[in-house]
Parts: sequence; C-alpha cells; structure tokens
Amino acid sequence: MSTELDVDALLGNEGKHVIACCGSGGVGKTTTAAALALRAAEVHGRRTVVLTIDPARRLAQSLGMEALDNTPRPVADVRGGSLDAMMLDMKRTFDEVVASHTTKDRAAEIFANPFYQAVSSTFSGTQEYMAMEKLGQLRATGRWDLIVLDTPPSRSALDFLDAPARLARFLDGRVIRLLSASTPGARRSMLSLMGASAAVFTRVFNKVLGGHLLTDVAEFTASLEDTFGGFRKRAEATFRALQDDQTSFLVIAAPEPAAVGEAVYFTRRLTEERMPLDGMILNRLTPVAADLSTERALGAAAQLEEADPDDPVAAVLRTHADLARRRTAEERIAARYEAACPEVPQRRLPALGVEVVDLDDLRAFGAAAAGA
Amino acid sequence: MTASALPVPRLHVVTGKGGTGKTSVAAALALALAGPGRRVLLVEVEGRQGIAPLFEAASLGYEERHLASGLDGGEVFGQSVDADEALLDYLTMFYRLGSAGRVLQKFGAIDFATTIAPGLRDILLTGKLKEAVSRAESGRMAYDAVVLDAPPTGRVVKFLNVTVESGRLAKTGPIGKHSRSVARMLHSSLTAVHLVTTPAAMPVQETVDAYRELMAADLPVGRIILNKVTGAKPAEITEDELESGLARAGVAPDSALVKGLMTEYEAARTEIRAVDAYRDRLEELGRPVEELPLIPEGVDLSGLYQLARELRPGGPHEH
Repeated sequence: MSTELDVDALLGNEGKHVIACCGSGGVGKTTTAAALALRAAEVHGRRTVVLTIDPARRLAQSLGMEALDNTPRPVADVRGGSLDAMMLDMKRTFDEVVASHTTKDRAAEIFANPFYQAVSSTFSGTQEYMAMEKLGQLRATGRWDLIVLDTPPSRSALDFLDAPARLARFLDGRVIRLLSASTPGARRSMLSLMGASAAVFTRVFNKVLGGHLLTDVAEFTASLEDTFGGFRKRAEATFRALQDDQTSFLVIAAPEPAAVGEAVYFTRRLTEERMPLDGMILNRLTPVAADLSTERALGAAAQLEEADPDDPVAAVLRTHADLARRRTAEERIAARYEAACPEVPQRRLPALGVEVVDLDDLRAFGAAAAGA
Repeated sequence: MTASALPVPRLHVVTGKGGTGKTSVAAALALALAGPGRRVLLVEVEGRQGIAPLFEAASLGYEERHLASGLDGGEVFGQSVDADEALLDYLTMFYRLGSAGRVLQKFGAIDFATTIAPGLRDILLTGKLKEAVSRAESGRMAYDAVVLDAPPTGRVVKFLNVTVESGRLAKTGPIGKHSRSVARMLHSSLTAVHLVTTPAAMPVQETVDAYRELMAADLPVGRIILNKVTGAKPAEITEDELESGLARAGVAPDSALVKGLMTEYEAARTEIRAVDAYRDRLEELGRPVEELPLIPEGVDLSGLYQLARELRPGGPHEH
C-alpha cells in the first residue's frame, strides 16, 4: 500500500507556492483545485489564488460569483486567509503579452492579422501556453503565497506539459523561419537554403490552404520576431519554474480505466521531466456505509423475496449489493495506479452525497480531502 | 426535395462531458446499429485509444479493422483517424504526391500544416468521416452507418463547425472547397449528434448548453442518452423494519449495519429523485431521452452488448 497523501501538510507548507492539479477531463479537477485553495486560505491562513481554465460557470458559482474573468477577484465569506479566483482568458492573456512587448501601432498590426486571431483563440496549445504565461505573471506580482492551478481540459493530460513547448517550437522553429524568409524578396534565399523539398512544400501548401494564409503567417511571425523573439526561451523558463521545489503537482483521477490510465502516464512523464509530483487524489469512489459482503446481501435479499417479492428490506439489501459491487470494481481499477506508481502518496475520496454548489460544499470537499 | 421522409442518419456523432461514458455509448451504438448484414464503422479522432480496450482488441490504427460482431449478425469495424495521416492521404489523392508526401512529413511540413491552420486538423478529420460515410464498394455503400466517438461537449461544436475556421483561413484552394462539402453533410439529416450525460448537475448542464450551441450552429441533434442510471427501487422503510427484516434473512442486525444500510438507501432514494428531475430537464429540450443502466462492474465487452440491446432500433424489448 502506498503512503497516504497528507493534504494539510502540503497546503500548509510555506515553501510551496504553486500547486498544479492535473488529470484528464471529468475527474473533478476544477472542484478539487477550488476546494484545496479554499482550505489553504481558511485552515492555513495563506493568501491564495485559484486559477481555473475551464470555461467555468460552475466554479464561479460555487465560489459565490456570477462569472470569473481574467483578473483575480476576492471570494466573499472566506474565513481566515484570503482567496482570490480567476479564469484564464487565453485571447486576452495573449493580447497582454503582445501589448506589453511592443509599441501600440505594432500591436494593432499584430492584432489585425487573421493568423494571429486564429493562433490566439483556437491554436491547439495556446491555452496551455497561456496558462503557463499567466502563472508566471501571478507569481511575479508577489501578491499571493500560494497559487492553485487547474490545468486545461485537454484531450490528454499530457498536453499540459507538451503543448507549450510545441507552440514555442512551432513559433520559433525551422519551418516558420523558412516562411518568414519566404515573404516576397527573400524567396530565392529560402530556396537555396532548403532545396527542392521546400519548393514542393510552399507550392503544395499555397495550393491547399490558399496563398494568403502563408503570407499571413509570414507577416505574423516576422512581426513577432522583432517584438519579442524567443518564444521557446520563454516556454523553457516557465517549464524550469515548474521543476523547482516551490511547485507541487497533484495528479487527479477518477476510478475509471481511462482516467487511471491517463494518471499513470502523467505520473511517468512528471517523473521523467523531474517535476515535483507530491501525490495523487482519486475522486468519486462510490461511498459504501455498511459492512456486509455483496454475496451475503444478495443471498439475504433473495431469501426475503421468496416470501414477498416487494419486500423493502430486500430493496435495501440490493441497493447495498450494487454499491459494494461498484466499489469493488473501482478499487480494482484504482489498484492499477498503485501497482504502476507505488511510490506516489495517494488520497482516495468517496464521492460526496451532494454536488458542490457553494462554499460550504467546497469546505466539506476540502475537509474530506484532508481527512479532517 | 421530394415529399419522401428525411433520410435516416448515417453518421452518428456521439459526444458528452468527460466521464459520462461517451466512448462506451458510441461503441454500444455501433453494435446496436450493426443489424443483420449491416456494416458499421466506429471511429475515434483524438488518438486516445479508448475504443480498443472496450473490445479487448489491439490498438486501432488508420486502417479500418474488424472489431466485433454486431448485435444481430452485422459487423463492426474500428478506426483511429489521425490528422497527419489524413492530410497525407488527402495530398496523395489530390496531388498524386507519392513518396514526396513522406518527404514532407520528415521535413515537419505535415505537422506544420496541421498546426498552422487550427481548423485544418478538424477539416481533415471530418473529411475522412465524410469519405467513410459516402464510400461505395462493389455497388453498395461500404458502411451502412459510421459512429464517431467525438470530442467532448465543450469542443464538439467547434469540431463539427469547420466552415467557420476554414472560411477565415483558407478562403480559396481545395481545402476550402472540401470543407464546405463536408459541412453540408454535417448540417444535413444524414448526420445526428447524440448527447451522452449522466444524472448529475454538471453533465446535465453541459448537455443543455451543448444542445443550444448545436441548435444555434444549425447542427442536427439526435438522441439524448442518460447513462449510468442506477436501478434501485424506491420504497419506504424504517430502521425497525429493516432490523427485523435482516433478522428474518439470517443477517445479524447490529446497529452500525442498520445505520449504514439506511444511509446508503437514503442516498440512493435521493439519487432516484434527482434522476427524475434531470430527466424532466432533458425532456424539455424536446429530443428523445433514452436511459442506459449503470453497470456496477464497469463496462466490459459483455456490458457493451447489454447497452447495445438497450439502444437497438425499436428499443430493448423488440426481440
């Protein structure tokens, strides 16, 4: 059995300034992040901010706000420390990055570029990249002791680690330099550099995508070059910041094969990248309150039903048997994580009977997570 | 248009919030649609390899492969469509690129192209679907139905509504033209987008939101599938009745056991009442709502067939 994750020790550790909650979609990541942030503020008196990335009406509502936006706003009725909450607006964050690194005119030019519009709002990886960017900004202000980060609802949890580098590699990479060089006038040098395959490349993609797209891309990257080159450097710096021991990663999972599989992959990757992984939280276990085996319950129910098919006691026993079977199946799935990652401290949380709709529910969730 | 009935959907897009079981439902739907002599293709597009383990099969690739026998003697095939492969496929088809395509791939150009145009990835994936839906082999349709394990509700409209992106980025060129023809199919009655939810607040809310978004985008919504519904029977009972009932059945009714069972039963009854409320909320959308039972042991191959029987055209009790 792996060790139990001590959530309170983690939240109260003043050397930790970032807690990143990672996991695949639908495992309760956002709720967990909000509940941990609230507990860090109330129980440990820390000045905390939770940065969520989901298009999150839900988190906002449970925190007593109508909506969250790109600016951290205080959560009302927090007892103890302070808690701010915000939601990442990736387009606005990207705009801020551009605006802060260039003149007004140049920024306007970039904003008007159709390719910029596409990159800043829909580019796969932009969200992850901007989450890192925002995290860096929040840390730089020094306003908070602890930042709790809810990671993007990516296709795969790994995107969170991979996407920023991919975006940076892309914006800073070989092909894009080639294109920057392929704006009219520079065409010949590009051809001599890259040879025939580049010519095929340009021809085919001009044909397939329509000529103006490549021009847009080339203009966009050219303007980025002289405003703030080195996207890659920036992403690498954020990546390194995540590796230091002021950061703590928590893997969040639910007892489903896909979610546990993702959690295992993610744990391996974090370990490989030497990221500080401090534990795994398994949400949503079926709660079982009575200690009676499935077999006993079913046998007793069948016996009672012989006399009266509608015996309510039999219904109670069958309900218990269903819960116990679910729990057994879930434990078996959860055991895969333990087998694959025995060194990671775990915390298993039965689903709360109610859904999280307000601060009290978040408090209860946090208390359950801490085993308090 | 003639006055004849609308064509039956041949492309079934299955979406849902993460954790609602959309992949299992997509797989079960494929089995259900594979009636006698029918061929159904089950496709995933996000490289998650979620389908193969359900069928206890090896990982799916870009090549279509036989996966399982359908519920009533048909056949289900599986495929995992990857955007890079689809682009190569596309280039080979339209430009007879041959080995030059592989060179482009090595050069990073394929990755580049599918990355620079965010819509391009989705156009290629949906384009591949259209090809599968409309492909004919020896005088008949290659597949009677195609079932897509689609991106989750939060992203599905963007995924299906490819024309918006492509219109902005690739106004000219064959991709633009191609994407418009794909969009026509996706917006027609040949397509049905099915929404999978569980009886819980957030998934139901996302389903309602997704329904509105789909309607606003003029995409055809099919069924709403309420998944993982527990089958507990609601009954009134007191602690005393429970205690004497347990004794009758030969189970020692200590007070902790009685309390525990009561707690569980109360929670189950609350859940049943909640399911009723969620069902009402979903029915207000005006689409058929179908229920699938929670399978306590988790969905394995036999569980899939069980779900498929529930989803069979005409319902579970037809046979």
